[in-house]
Amino acid sequence: MTTLKILKYVLYDVLRSKMIIIYTLLLFAISFGIIYTGKDVSKAVISLLNIVLLVVPLVSIIFGTIHFYNSKEFMEMLLAMPVKRKNIFWAEYAGLSAALAAGFVLGTGLPLLLYGGAKGSFYLLLSGVFLTFIFTALAFLASVINKDKAKGIGISLVVWFYMSVIFDALVLVLYFVFSSYPLEKATIIVSALNPVDLARILILLKLDVSALMGYTGATLQQFFGSAFGILFSMGFLFLWVLMPTLLALSVFNRKNF
Amino acid sequence: MIKIENLKKKFDKNEALKGVSLTLGEGTVAAVMGPNGSGKTTMLKCILGLVKADSGSIYVNDCHVNGECEYRKHIGYMPQYSCFPENLKVKEVMAMIKDIRGNNCTYDEELLEKLKIAEMNDKQIGQLSGGMKQRVSSAAAFLFGGDIIILDEPTAGLDPVSSEIVKNKILAEKAKGKLIIITSHIVSEVEAMADRIIYMLEGKIYFDSTKDELYSTTGKGNLNQAIASLIETAESEGKN
Repeated sequence: MTTLKILKYVLYDVLRSKMIIIYTLLLFAISFGIIYTGKDVSKAVISLLNIVLLVVPLVSIIFGTIHFYNSKEFMEMLLAMPVKRKNIFWAEYAGLSAALAAGFVLGTGLPLLLYGGAKGSFYLLLSGVFLTFIFTALAFLASVINKDKAKGIGISLVVWFYMSVIFDALVLVLYFVFSSYPLEKATIIVSALNPVDLARILILLKLDVSALMGYTGATLQQFFGSAFGILFSMGFLFLWVLMPTLLALSVFNRKNF
Repeated sequence: MIKIENLKKKFDKNEALKGVSLTLGEGTVAAVMGPNGSGKTTMLKCILGLVKADSGSIYVNDCHVNGECEYRKHIGYMPQYSCFPENLKVKEVMAMIKDIRGNNCTYDEELLEKLKIAEMNDKQIGQLSGGMKQRVSSAAAFLFGGDIIILDEPTAGLDPVSSEIVKNKILAEKAKGKLIIITSHIVSEVEAMADRIIYMLEGKIYFDSTKDELYSTTGKGNLNQAIASLIETAESEGKN
């Protein structure tokens, strides 16, 4: 109950933030532009995939980190009231994630809806929402561990860079080194270690372009295309939301303000 | 109202509090003074539960402070810097405090009027000047009529009229039997309001007594000179 009371005011604050408004409008302009110029909504979904996988995590983790540090004094003020720490944490996290997710769904989903949608649109939006919640949680974790704002933002950037760029390079090296072994099952396990990868595979397979990925793609198609595969990926994405959030909450509960 | 027993807190290698013990009763304005880094803020934050002590105990109205939040319904707090979200309107800030504190509290609408909070109601916090934000912050601390009010530099950044309103409010609340704890570097302000001076140095309470006792101990006629004499004594003791 107390969480909801605080959440209401966090939402008032975040939804009025210029950053969220710009983010929504920018996503709308890009999505609309891609669909309008390409004329093909299905192909536009593939182009939008890159935005979802790069821009959404980056904006969520950076805005999340800045928001946490800027709200530190406000949290202190709330902590001086008869409010439990966990209520403040959940209100801040849910408020920010929900506002960012709403901005993403409106900005990207509205142009898709206007053009009648396409196969994979739902998974594109769902993955974007998951990534928003995951990277906001990672932002809170980086911020709650570090007192210094610059250090917190630096760590957030490194986390984003690792998950969006470096991880793929490491996986490629791994596949190259062990190329003589059957790696199909390993691919599935490795993909679960990175939410960005998990989201990418999920959307690509729903778009029926997995044939371009060869034998491994076919294995993945078989796995992720099945009901179990979808449950597997959703389950891991959900775990990716839960783990950093609970870890950040546990540090927040012990934190000295 | 507040009892602190052998409170210790360390931040990495820095010992912020080295066994602080203190008892504060009702109807008192206690000024916590001391140089930067002496442990004033850490002690106040321990009372509020913002900082978790390594050892020692704190009791607020006989309730042991051990992670529960209920005891804080008795406490009003004004931080040194305004801390409300930039995009919230002033009326939303006040509504939020009422929402969180609940309907059982009585709210001091008179103070809101005196500090002219209604005039700012529709303005967002980000649009207010530093002094206006402090007015909102001080109104928020006194709004719900808590038994204990903790004010960190209460008049810093306030215009003379608002500063006077807040000072009068502090004295009026003291007359009602409340405990008010202030930190301030403005000696004249402390002299005008406080009846008890707690001087902290390097994580310990160096001096804790009434103003009159402080004057007689140091042999000085005003607080400024008395504190200067205290610091000199502390420094010379440190050298020896």
